[in-house]
Amino acid sequence: MSVTVVPITTGDDVVRVRQEVRTQAVAAGFSLVDQTKIITAASELARNTLDYGGGGTATVELLRQSARRGVRITFEDQGPGIPSIDQALADGFTTGKGMGLGLGGAKRLSNEFAISSEVGRGTRVTITRWK
Amino acid sequence: MDRIPILKLGEALLVTIQVDMHDRLASALEEDLTARIVATGARGVLIDISALEIVDSFIGRMLANIASVSRLLDADTVVVGMRPAVAITLVELGLSLKGVKTALNAERGMAMIRQAAVSSLIGTGDEPAAHETAESGDLRGIDGDF
Repeated sequence: MSVTVVPITTGDDVVRVRQEVRTQAVAAGFSLVDQTKIITAASELARNTLDYGGGGTATVELLRQSARRGVRITFEDQGPGIPSIDQALADGFTTGKGMGLGLGGAKRLSNEFAISSEVGRGTRVTITRWK
Repeated sequence: MDRIPILKLGEALLVTIQVDMHDRLASALEEDLTARIVATGARGVLIDISALEIVDSFIGRMLANIASVSRLLDADTVVVGMRPAVAITLVELGLSLKGVKTALNAERGMAMIRQAAVSSLIGTGDEPAAHETAESGDLRGIDGDF
């Protein structure tokens, strides 16, 4: 299993996260559409980590479960946290200058989605897409 | 700092986005484009995104901003060359790019810009030109107030 941790501290790091996710999605044998979906979801979440979490890390994993292959990305930050996750997942909700599509959009583009957040401690979002 | 080249092609400006955009590059492009629209009197902006492997909400917002600002400066924006996988992903993401005109390729995009420029020449000051009435809901809302 391949695991890469990409630090997210600048806008250029968002590009680096996308490149790493692409590499692993190709290694997992994803179709072009599936590659595009998981890279786009990762891009949204990496930008959230940067803009709202004050930076953090993205951990990119290539998964092999018997015959199944997938890519999992975990975004972690030690930022202010999310007071209401339900509200944050709703389309159109934003506290920043964005369009408010990041979390909900990333969830729709993934097969599995998990989020945990503690106010004042930080946020962790995990997405997985299977081939 | 890197900048995205802007080419003049008749009455239109042509921008080909080939690299992964980041914040500074996106805002530099917005500023450069608006300056060139005013300097050249261009009637349209053609943005070729055929090299882009993904369009996320950040790039989507940049395209929508460019379209809005260009419209205020009397230039139409047409985004051309979107990859099929990008279109599928954008819809699932929930980003419909309202207010941004698209064409399948640069040739059709140029035709749209030429058509819009011609119909705005024909239209008199009293009535809005054909391409303006075909715009998205927010413009129609303004018309309704008259």
